[in-house]
Amino acid sequence: MTQQGTTAYDPEKRLLTCRGSWDLQDLPQLSSHLYQITLPTPTSGTLTVDGEHIEKMDSAGAWLLLHWQKQVEEKGITVQFVHFPKEPARLLSLIDKEIQEEIPLPETKKPDWLTTVGMRALRGWNEFCLYLTFIGKLTFEALRVVRQPKHIRWNSIAAVIYRNGYQALPIIFLLSFMIGVVITYQMGLQLKNYGANIYIVDLLGLSILREFGPLITAIMVAGRTGSAFTAQLGIMKINQEIDALDTLGVTSAELLLLPRIAGLFIVLPLLTVWSDIFGVVGGMVMSNTMLNITWYDFLHRFPTVIPLRTFIIGIGKAPIFALIISSIGCFEGTKVEGSADSVGINTTRSVVLSIFFIIVADAIFSVIFSKLKL
Amino acid sequence: MTPIIEVSHLTTKFGDTYIHKNLNLQVNKGEVLGIVGGSGSGKTTLLREMLALTKPVSGSIKIFGQELLTASPRTLLAIQRRWGVLFQENALFSSLTVLENVSFPLHEHTTLNTNSIRGLALLKIVMAGLPIDAAVKYPAELSGGMQKRAGLARAIVLDPELLFLDEPTAGLDPTTAAGFDDLILNLQSTMGLTIVIVTHDLDTLWKVTNRVAFLGEGTVLCVDPMTKLVNNSNPHIQAFFKGPRGRIAEEGYQQESSDHGN
Repeated sequence: MTQQGTTAYDPEKRLLTCRGSWDLQDLPQLSSHLYQITLPTPTSGTLTVDGEHIEKMDSAGAWLLLHWQKQVEEKGITVQFVHFPKEPARLLSLIDKEIQEEIPLPETKKPDWLTTVGMRALRGWNEFCLYLTFIGKLTFEALRVVRQPKHIRWNSIAAVIYRNGYQALPIIFLLSFMIGVVITYQMGLQLKNYGANIYIVDLLGLSILREFGPLITAIMVAGRTGSAFTAQLGIMKINQEIDALDTLGVTSAELLLLPRIAGLFIVLPLLTVWSDIFGVVGGMVMSNTMLNITWYDFLHRFPTVIPLRTFIIGIGKAPIFALIISSIGCFEGTKVEGSADSVGINTTRSVVLSIFFIIVADAIFSVIFSKLKL
Repeated sequence: MTPIIEVSHLTTKFGDTYIHKNLNLQVNKGEVLGIVGGSGSGKTTLLREMLALTKPVSGSIKIFGQELLTASPRTLLAIQRRWGVLFQENALFSSLTVLENVSFPLHEHTTLNTNSIRGLALLKIVMAGLPIDAAVKYPAELSGGMQKRAGLARAIVLDPELLFLDEPTAGLDPTTAAGFDDLILNLQSTMGLTIVIVTHDLDTLWKVTNRVAFLGEGTVLCVDPMTKLVNNSNPHIQAFFKGPRGRIAEEGYQQESSDHGN
């Protein structure tokens, strides 16, 4: 006779005695005890399970016992339950009804490699088409709104400018200033070797005004504002706020999308000017301390070597970047479906795609400008 | 009878408004207690306090004889393992399938092997009345009623002694809601559960509960079985149960019970 706490098996009488508590807490132990029992050979006849001394049984315990019973019966032994108290007996019969058939779980098929590639390609293409449709619709909406100026939501535009422009001033200031410092430091080291210290003004002015100012600002805004657009619109969509607007006869484009796009369109060039100023100031401070160029020298040389054109080219890119950030942010937001997961995925996509296309656009600008000899 | 939950002298304040003033309530082992009251009477807050999600200003909440408000994280965990909660919005994890949702507590709190966890979770899914192919679906792919059932399956997967249901039939169609009432009763008798239901659904109150606590004016106005509660003379209670809807539910229930009598 083997006895192990809650179960005791007597091979002579083919009797399994259960006692104590059969609940979830003790399930791992119970399970190992049950499956250690050496079944009588030949595997036929009956085996009796006595449950008289069971104190407590929950559905997990009942499930285990029934599961074991089924495995034993598959080998040809009939299992009989005797002397079970009322409650466990009822539980056993109820659970037994639920697990009568071994439940085959529908398999989720994993597509093979080629199918995955195809599916991804199609999804990408679909998304691109959807994006174009989105832009088309927005353009029509914009034209409609512009023709009826009372539909322009000045308040919303102002809110976008305040939240995404004004409130971004400190971080853009800090970032641009430090970029100015870093660039000057790196280039200054080289220039010093040739004793060409004063040329830092040319290098710094060109690189900050043409490239770094607009790019740094756009990337910062993509992270800060593009993600916010997507998350806001996504949650609004989940809460059916966008559906509500549509049924109220106010298009979501007019109230939510266009003000965001217009607001960012206005504010990103302004932020870029802000970034240009402090990038150059950062460089100026560094030139002063490291390269011994006085404030006067720096400011005197700056307008003579940096044409206005450079500044305008830099600022000119900002509206395009703004359109990229806001249209992608809004597009990803309206694509959110159903769950918190979807908000997360789309917010990530929004930021990654915005930054990606900002850099692509910047590269295209460089090629165009060099062809035009600007 | 031993009380499973003992709420005494509970006071809750949000800002300057009192939600509960010296509230007392007991839930006995094996009973189904309904908590009702008008909107803003502090039902949900009371439930959240019993779940240790919100802290009251003063008072005491004992669950399984343990003080909840001063419980150490360990004690709290031990209590949490013995209760199950179905939230109003189901609160299923949207990134997990139903099966993963239901297995989640087992993975976290037991040392069972994967097969046992899967078997037990599937059993609970079936017991909650879901078709088996729903197990591999994501919550977003299920209808409201099925999401409720999935939420219930997760709530009962650890074989709790105590089950909290927050508006279990809200947003369900009448047939599904009635089915859900039956399911609750069925589980209660099978698993010997103690259930606390916060609800507005008069049919559920008549059909499922043993006693009903009526919340109003920041306190429990009355705790009685429905048949007695509807005859309470308090104007709040009268207004709640003797409106047109309340009468229909009451008549329907009394008709049904007399039919059973014959």
